[in-house]
Amino acid sequence: MELLYDERIDGDIADVDKSALMAAILAVAPQLTLLDREEDLRPFECDGLSAYRVLPMLVAMPTTLAEVEALMRVCYEHHVPVVTRGAGTGLSGGALPLEKGVLLVMSRFNKILSVDADARIARVQPGVRNLAISEAAAPYGLYYAPDPSSQIACSIGGNVAENAGGVHCLKYGLTVHNVLSVDIVTIEGERMTLGGESLDTPGFDLLALFMGSEGMLGVITEVTVRLLPKPEVAKVLMACFDDVELAARAVGDIIAAGCIPGGLEMMDNLAIRAAEDFVHAGYPVDAQAILLCELDGVEVDVQADCERVRELLNAAGATKIQLARDDAERQLFWAGRKAAFPAVGRMSPDYYCIDGTIPRRELPRVLKGINELSAHYGLRVANVFHAGDGNLHPLILFDANQPGELETTEAFGGKILELCVEAGGTITGEHGVGREKLNQMCTQFAADEITLFHAVKSAFDERRLLNPGKNIPTLARCAEFGAMHVHHGELPHPELPRF
Amino acid sequence: MTHLQDQRPEYTSADEPGPDALAGNDDSEALCEQVARAQAERATLRIVGGDTKAFYGRQVDAAQSLSTTGHHGIVHYDPVELVATVRAGTRLRDLERVLADNGQRLAFEPPHFGDNATVGGMVAAGLSGPRRPWVGAVRDFVLGVRVITFDGKLLRFGGEVMKNVAGYDLSRLMVGAQGTLGVLTEISFKVLPIPQAHACLRLELPLAEALDRLTAWGRKPLPITGAAHDGTALHVRLEGGEGSVSATRQRLGGEPEEPLFWEQLREQRLPFFDDALDGAVDTVAERTLWRLSLPALARTPSLEGDWLVDWAGAQRWLKSAEGGGFEDDPRADIHIHEAAIAAGGHATRYTPGASGDSPFTPLAPVLAKYHRQLKNRLDPQAIFNPGRLYAEW
Repeated sequence: MELLYDERIDGDIADVDKSALMAAILAVAPQLTLLDREEDLRPFECDGLSAYRVLPMLVAMPTTLAEVEALMRVCYEHHVPVVTRGAGTGLSGGALPLEKGVLLVMSRFNKILSVDADARIARVQPGVRNLAISEAAAPYGLYYAPDPSSQIACSIGGNVAENAGGVHCLKYGLTVHNVLSVDIVTIEGERMTLGGESLDTPGFDLLALFMGSEGMLGVITEVTVRLLPKPEVAKVLMACFDDVELAARAVGDIIAAGCIPGGLEMMDNLAIRAAEDFVHAGYPVDAQAILLCELDGVEVDVQADCERVRELLNAAGATKIQLARDDAERQLFWAGRKAAFPAVGRMSPDYYCIDGTIPRRELPRVLKGINELSAHYGLRVANVFHAGDGNLHPLILFDANQPGELETTEAFGGKILELCVEAGGTITGEHGVGREKLNQMCTQFAADEITLFHAVKSAFDERRLLNPGKNIPTLARCAEFGAMHVHHGELPHPELPRF
Repeated sequence: MTHLQDQRPEYTSADEPGPDALAGNDDSEALCEQVARAQAERATLRIVGGDTKAFYGRQVDAAQSLSTTGHHGIVHYDPVELVATVRAGTRLRDLERVLADNGQRLAFEPPHFGDNATVGGMVAAGLSGPRRPWVGAVRDFVLGVRVITFDGKLLRFGGEVMKNVAGYDLSRLMVGAQGTLGVLTEISFKVLPIPQAHACLRLELPLAEALDRLTAWGRKPLPITGAAHDGTALHVRLEGGEGSVSATRQRLGGEPEEPLFWEQLREQRLPFFDDALDGAVDTVAERTLWRLSLPALARTPSLEGDWLVDWAGAQRWLKSAEGGGFEDDPRADIHIHEAAIAAGGHATRYTPGASGDSPFTPLAPVLAKYHRQLKNRLDPQAIFNPGRLYAEW
């Protein structure tokens, strides 16, 4: 399977004697929980991308900063790779273990260290769940804005590592816009703080660089997030369309009118039916597309915005527009959307989630392309879409027990990502590259760009020990797998040796 | 004699017709060639746009200058997508005019510090205006860049989409790096609609009380997008929907004020800045201007001088005491850096100095090590703006 670490093209990993390594670690961190028996390692063999599983050599579950530092020093000295894992909800295999590596599980770093309501910040350990931060801030009328769909389970450390998004990004930003500082332990076991409680810090913006760096540059040991006052009121409009393209155009109309909704989501017919069947959110199962538009802020403004958006939706050809009557119905409308993935999961033995982002104007063309690919590969697709910011999540329905179907699904998914790149977009909006999209990185970036990524990596991790084989492909990998896509009869990276 | 007036060129708020921003010129090939040649000859480069921010940072002593001004124009702008892609040499005011014609703006309201400020220089300096605490900084609105690397290659990172986590975020890394990691040639920004309503207020009250009120207001969803205290009065700007702006204006009280205050604050054209900016570089300026970036609730450090507080307390301008003069004494600089660190932030010297060797607060040792290593990987012969940020690189 091409997704598993392949030393031939992903780079060599040192062979280390497990018992000797354990002894070396325990010598400097005697209290550290280390797991090495197969039955103990099993629960850690995959993250949210469960199609790929690897047993790590060791699992380390530190509870103190000193243990993390000690572990890193030993691994550095012994040339042992370290894969950091938070809650394990990632969808791109970013925390997929290495057979010859240590899996550093940060879930015991689970304390909220402080909530300062006046400064509107919270200091938390990386294993704290995303939603737990908002819950801790709620008594002060504050919340943490980024809300990935997995927010009840995913941890803030993982959110930082992936630069997680959510359904409210267009207005409130991604993780990068809502984190003030992170504490890092480097591969050499040093501590450093990136960012701070001031709004900027001297030197390079390493805080931004570490956001979404997928555990490749350092280990996150503490996060300070910005909290926002809860909007006074939030209202949701649901608009139905009998044509996906009309719905897509309506999204542009709302934004062109100078309105930035708190959330703007779109679902196609298959996703609507799946969600309705699962959650009974009151979605119209005969609509080709629905838009959920959340307007939040101060009561008077929201009233006015709702009227304006209603008029725009009408003019854009909506067949039905429904304003959630109360907060309960608003929650229900969102519940359908937030449960779209598991809902689709009920329609099919397996599903595979894609995460491309495109300029919104390209949506009709890309959706048409996806439908054609769906027919070509003989696999159904449900589309959910963070329409406001152009982030598309096609869910491919398949059955992993059918021989070859996973491979067909992967090929189909890869084609969708290439379609996104061709439309001026990107292969991942919020789920990360991880292990999953390594080959597509070769489509999105030229060899020189990938070389510069490796230069950045080597500034922080010269020995290539932090999460090797994720996020940035080697040029050897691009030569081997990028070569599948021959443009104008020319192989990419002709200067590289072929295997 | 170089006068500071030259370093802070005129900024006129009147809109004047500039060169047609849309009809641009692609000069990237020549720029790449110049960088490749410099790399081959081991010649250092001082990267220059409108040269409006030469006062900011350390003086660059380079063999050649590399001008981006021939590389200008708006490459793509689609108001519906909320994205504008602009060549680095485009004048900032030309971009802002085009955006305004479409009811949009750069929400982080960058200072120009001169009519010829370019978009590339603005991003390289990474300075944000009075709206920063509420809407975000320059880097929060940068979606992608094209950059010339040390070996003269033109590479692209990020893109024109709102969400993009493919690869490392090199676009945001370039913001505020002051050209020390590469030459920015093109930047894609997220732009935002100009809100429907705005109001500016002036409330006469002492600083301590102003900060207390701002803390309380900060916990409510109020449409505040500016809060500065000039020593006697708190100035507040509101922007948002008609309803919330008028309701908040009632609630906050105070006297109405002209919006010009915010432009003058952004451009350092308020009387407070006058005696700190006039004067000469290589002689003695009357007073020295420092910027302290602190946690908003931090206690004011006990430093001699006059204060102007912006960003609801998170950005404080310190003007050295009258007759305190131009401290041509590195120890005075160190003292201010230490005071800023003790208060939980950092300091930047805005008045260029003859000594002026450390305008930026020194980095902690581990951070400094990784800065050096990163610089070394991205610019191994240190040809880009050597010494602009720190003397060692």
